[in-house]
Amino acid sequence: MAEVRLEHLRKTYGKVVAVDDVSLAIDDGQFLVLLGPSGCGKTTVLRAVAGLEELARGRIQIGARDVTRLAPGRRRIAMVFQSYAVFPHLRVYDNIVFGLRMARVPAAEQRRRADEAAELLQIRDLLDRYPAQLSGGQRQRVAVARAIVMRPDLLLMDEPLSNLDALLRLHMRTELKRIHRELRVTTIYVTHDQVEALSLGERIAVMQSGRIVQDDTPARVYDAPANRFVGSFIGSPPMNFLEGRLGARDGRAALSVSGQFLAVSVEAAAALAAAGDGAVLAGIRPEHITASLGPEPEALEAAAVAIEPLGAQTLLTAAVGAQVVKVIVPADFRAEPGQPVWLRVDGARVRFMDARTGGVIPLPGSR
Amino acid sequence: MTFRRFAIYSAATLVAAWVVFPLALITLAAFTPRDTLYAWPRPIWPGTFTLATMRAFLGATDVLRSTWNSLVVAVMTIGMEFLVAAPAAYALARYRFRGRDAVQFLVLATKMFPATILAIPLAVAFIRWGLYDTLLGVALVHTALAVPFVMTMVTGIFVAISYELEEAAMTLGSGRLGAVVRITLPMALPGLAAAAIFTFITSWNEVFAASILTVDHRTLPALILTSVVGGGGGAPLDYRFAGGFFMIVPALVIILLIRRYLLTLWGVTLR
Repeated sequence: MAEVRLEHLRKTYGKVVAVDDVSLAIDDGQFLVLLGPSGCGKTTVLRAVAGLEELARGRIQIGARDVTRLAPGRRRIAMVFQSYAVFPHLRVYDNIVFGLRMARVPAAEQRRRADEAAELLQIRDLLDRYPAQLSGGQRQRVAVARAIVMRPDLLLMDEPLSNLDALLRLHMRTELKRIHRELRVTTIYVTHDQVEALSLGERIAVMQSGRIVQDDTPARVYDAPANRFVGSFIGSPPMNFLEGRLGARDGRAALSVSGQFLAVSVEAAAALAAAGDGAVLAGIRPEHITASLGPEPEALEAAAVAIEPLGAQTLLTAAVGAQVVKVIVPADFRAEPGQPVWLRVDGARVRFMDARTGGVIPLPGSR
Repeated sequence: MTFRRFAIYSAATLVAAWVVFPLALITLAAFTPRDTLYAWPRPIWPGTFTLATMRAFLGATDVLRSTWNSLVVAVMTIGMEFLVAAPAAYALARYRFRGRDAVQFLVLATKMFPATILAIPLAVAFIRWGLYDTLLGVALVHTALAVPFVMTMVTGIFVAISYELEEAAMTLGSGRLGAVVRITLPMALPGLAAAAIFTFITSWNEVFAASILTVDHRTLPALILTSVVGGGGGAPLDYRFAGGFFMIVPALVIILLIRRYLLTLWGVTLR
């Protein structure tokens, strides 16, 4: 176990920049999730840390050791691949101890550690089988066992759950969390699934086009996205973005949104005025809007577009002028398409962003 | 059955008959008593069978020795074959390098070059290098003949083995080469065996180069060819049929065993 530092990593394929100046510091025992859409460079970062990709620039330090130029096998890392990469011609036991054999660990110790890992992953009964005789979930467990018997300084996981069906994925997610709690091994976990990231990560680094755009706790990434991209990538349904212009109504600062007004606090108005030309995006999570069928003070009038019951709650799609807003409403909420609804926004939870750059406009008193 | 199906099955039957009929005749003749072979009119179904024809063939001058020569040449060919084709196939399967497609095409394109044109210069060169009338010389030519197919076949085998497995081995402490030896080679073994068998057949059946390049150290096909076209009308009928049958058997057995790999070579997978 060790803390990990990535400094200014850069990777290019010809003229294409896959990873552009990525720096991260991961604490000892921390579970960091690298989250981003496909092609954002997250897997490349992971493979570079594993030593499977050569970097154009940058430095990788694991514990006290600079591993930038070391072969994958000498970095004291272990990796779980998206395809599991379980060796088909070896039995489960031989798969698990493969790395220990490479390291010339004594046979008795191999046996002991393999049993321990098999116990932890509940695959004791499978040790004599060949991978072809296992289900996807079981192969996944073998891949994780094979990684953790190495007692690596750093555990790398590349979308380990993406090939499992939905139910199994949920189960394995819980399992991975339990395993991390028991072993406390420093982990970098790559995924494009924001739910996985929120539920597993102690910290989330969101990547976009080869760069890290936000590196924060799951709660902060969700509540206070650093830009429009993060807000729209995380959360299901994603954050709403209402385009507006800073103005005033009845002598109070407000955002004019499709001809209506959204109240803004004095401090926020000052910050928005200072930030640019007044064209801003109000980023609002669907659960931070309350919908009602009758007029309400300070509410935006909208027209219901669709109602989608989700079981525990209902998703209301409404239009404020030409702008579409998604709202989480109670399960018993009823409205016909076209019917007027009034939306009240929780002003304290709004994130303002620059309409042109999408970057967040920091308000005084918030980070 | 639709007309289309009927047409396809008829055509397939016709082609199969075209291949099987001569094989069947040779096989029957190889176990027919000598007198019956020379009888007129000769019955298609001999009535009595005998091993004497085969025994006579195997006892004939030089047959056993040239069979041994054929085996030695085939084994040498397989060895050299893998020395050349396996690393090349690995590179073609794993790396995207400039000129990769060109290499693949050129290797196959050598098959379009008629070996007959090469025969005289090759014989001259082999005499100069002291390779003429040696088994090594024949094996070298056989290697060159088989490389294109074997390389294509083995490339397909390596492509089918995920590179991620090698990467996994590397993260677990294996070196680059170690990962190939511990993971890819064992997994490729059945396919490599098929390639070896294919090479064996190519070498076992090859008659042209073997006849041109040897005098005393004949391989079996070269020996049979010389006997059949030799002076005085050539070898008797029973020798011809027995020899033909003896040459065919390994190829038939082996092709049956590796047909799955041959089919994947042509881009079709048969389960």
